[in-house]
Amino acid sequence: MLIYTLKRLGLALIVMVTVSLISFMLLRVSGDPAISLAGEGASNEEIEFVREQYGFDRPLIIQYFEWAGRAIHGDFGNSPYLNQPVAQMLRERMGVTMTLGICALSFAMILSIPLGMLAAVRPNTWIDRIALSISVMGQAMPSFWFGLILIIFFGVYLRWLPISGSDTWRHFIMPTIALGYYATPAIMRLVRSGMMEVLASDHIRTARAKGLRWPKILFKHTLRNAIIPVVAVAAVQLGFMLGGSIVIESIFALNGLGNLAWVSISRSDLPVVQAIVLLLSTIYIFLTFMADLCNAFLDPRIRSS
Amino acid sequence: MTPIQQQQFDSGLGLDVVFPTPGQIMRQRMMTHKGFIIGGVMVLMVFMVAVFAPYIARHDPYHQDLSNRMIPPVWSETGTWDHPLGTDNMGRDYLSRLAYGSRISLLIGFSCMAIAAVIGISLGLVAGYFGGIADMIVSFIITVRLALPAVLVAIAVVAIIGGSKHVVIIVLGCLIWDRFAVILRATTQQIRAMDYVQAARAAGCSVIWLMVREIMPNLFNSIVIVATLEIGRAILLEAALSFLGMGIQPPTPSWGLMISEGKDLMLFDPYLVTIPGVALFFLVLGMNLFGDGLRDVTSPEGRS
Repeated sequence: MLIYTLKRLGLALIVMVTVSLISFMLLRVSGDPAISLAGEGASNEEIEFVREQYGFDRPLIIQYFEWAGRAIHGDFGNSPYLNQPVAQMLRERMGVTMTLGICALSFAMILSIPLGMLAAVRPNTWIDRIALSISVMGQAMPSFWFGLILIIFFGVYLRWLPISGSDTWRHFIMPTIALGYYATPAIMRLVRSGMMEVLASDHIRTARAKGLRWPKILFKHTLRNAIIPVVAVAAVQLGFMLGGSIVIESIFALNGLGNLAWVSISRSDLPVVQAIVLLLSTIYIFLTFMADLCNAFLDPRIRSS
Repeated sequence: MTPIQQQQFDSGLGLDVVFPTPGQIMRQRMMTHKGFIIGGVMVLMVFMVAVFAPYIARHDPYHQDLSNRMIPPVWSETGTWDHPLGTDNMGRDYLSRLAYGSRISLLIGFSCMAIAAVIGISLGLVAGYFGGIADMIVSFIITVRLALPAVLVAIAVVAIIGGSKHVVIIVLGCLIWDRFAVILRATTQQIRAMDYVQAARAAGCSVIWLMVREIMPNLFNSIVIVATLEIGRAILLEAALSFLGMGIQPPTPSWGLMISEGKDLMLFDPYLVTIPGVALFFLVLGMNLFGDGLRDVTSPEGRS
């Protein structure tokens, strides 16, 4: 287990470095930051001044190492637009996005695991069909459009829920549904196919022959085995949802990382965008790392391979 | 549907046993698979709209007519048949914009898929065929790609370069190849281990020949299935980008952009948002049903 952990950790670190390099280069190479920072209609001298001021005239690789070196210590520099430390801005917004992500994942799990189980136990019945339609529709529904429909229906027509802001828990209900619904299909399909596979295996037949009660077979013997791949997918989905929260947060005016990213992108506030990309990637890498460890803990076969 | 022709097979026992050919089995499965048929018809309908957009649209999708702003669709009390789906807040005919918007969505969907396919298939094929170090490198690239938040990176890059059709296509194409690579890698590994590939290798076939003539034809099914799903994903991503103002730029009629333009007025005129949204949902749902159906129809055990 220790060797496996170390291997995974090493891989995670290399991925981390590569991702940081890519996110730095990608945003730097796609345009001249000095021109956008100097603003529209700036003279050549002004642009040159900004370029020297921020060190954009030095080789990219040196700029990267400086940036990465400071980023390790949690220092992402100042936002040129707001003249505020980027790290502080991220800290302030982090809570909202994490809350949203975790709520959305919980919503997706609460919806998809029971439905997936029911669908697996009663394949080709109406419950299976409902589960299937939910999953097929979830994959085809644009999440931002779903969010707007929720606003029209629950916010404006029924007037049950507030439509924007992040002050109370009630503000999080619609964003949670809009974002969580997106992750439901993947988890549900996995639970269904996993359950069906385990239900058809020999040890379940033995358990039934032994006369064990059905709920015990279902939860202790089947779900436990079928849930292993779900752990990994749930972690991956949480990562995707944090990345996708940019769309949902902008619709519901939630004051989180996604909203900050969107605002910063529209005013070309490069250091903030780079920091958010790096932060979200780090969270994703951390989540998959934890999921790998979790899987290895649950399933000894993974450890040895 | 033509009647299924059957092949005569002499069992040697003097009995006439009739077996359908694999092609006939597949055709029969296709015709009886509801999702496949419905999805195919839905996609075909959008295709027809895109091809015949000039005939469906009775107005210029770019023509602004400020005296005819915000006419509601024909099913509401004040709607007219002149503008069956109403007009937007610049007085442009909504049906015309919707019809021309289908061209944008299909163009983006197919072009992104093509770029993603080239990248993903080459990576998957190389990793699956050579294994070892090549496999490790490709797996690493896939991990890195998955760790980057796709929507965020796409929006940022498009915003820096400046939004246009070509930029959106290239950026999205370079970001959504992961599923191609993952699935093609696994499938290639399976096929590579088969006896006939080993036989061809033993017969002295070159690596290129093995890949292109022996392995590729068997990957065709997987490629088409992933491709349909990726088209749906690209269409949704383009819509999200355009919705946030970082994709297709006005006044081009893109469905995502139409939703974004109608967003501020949706509290009074929900049709501005619901109509293009339903169109998007319809197209992507059709694509996914078609892709899922294709997987069922072509899989050896024929999942139902």
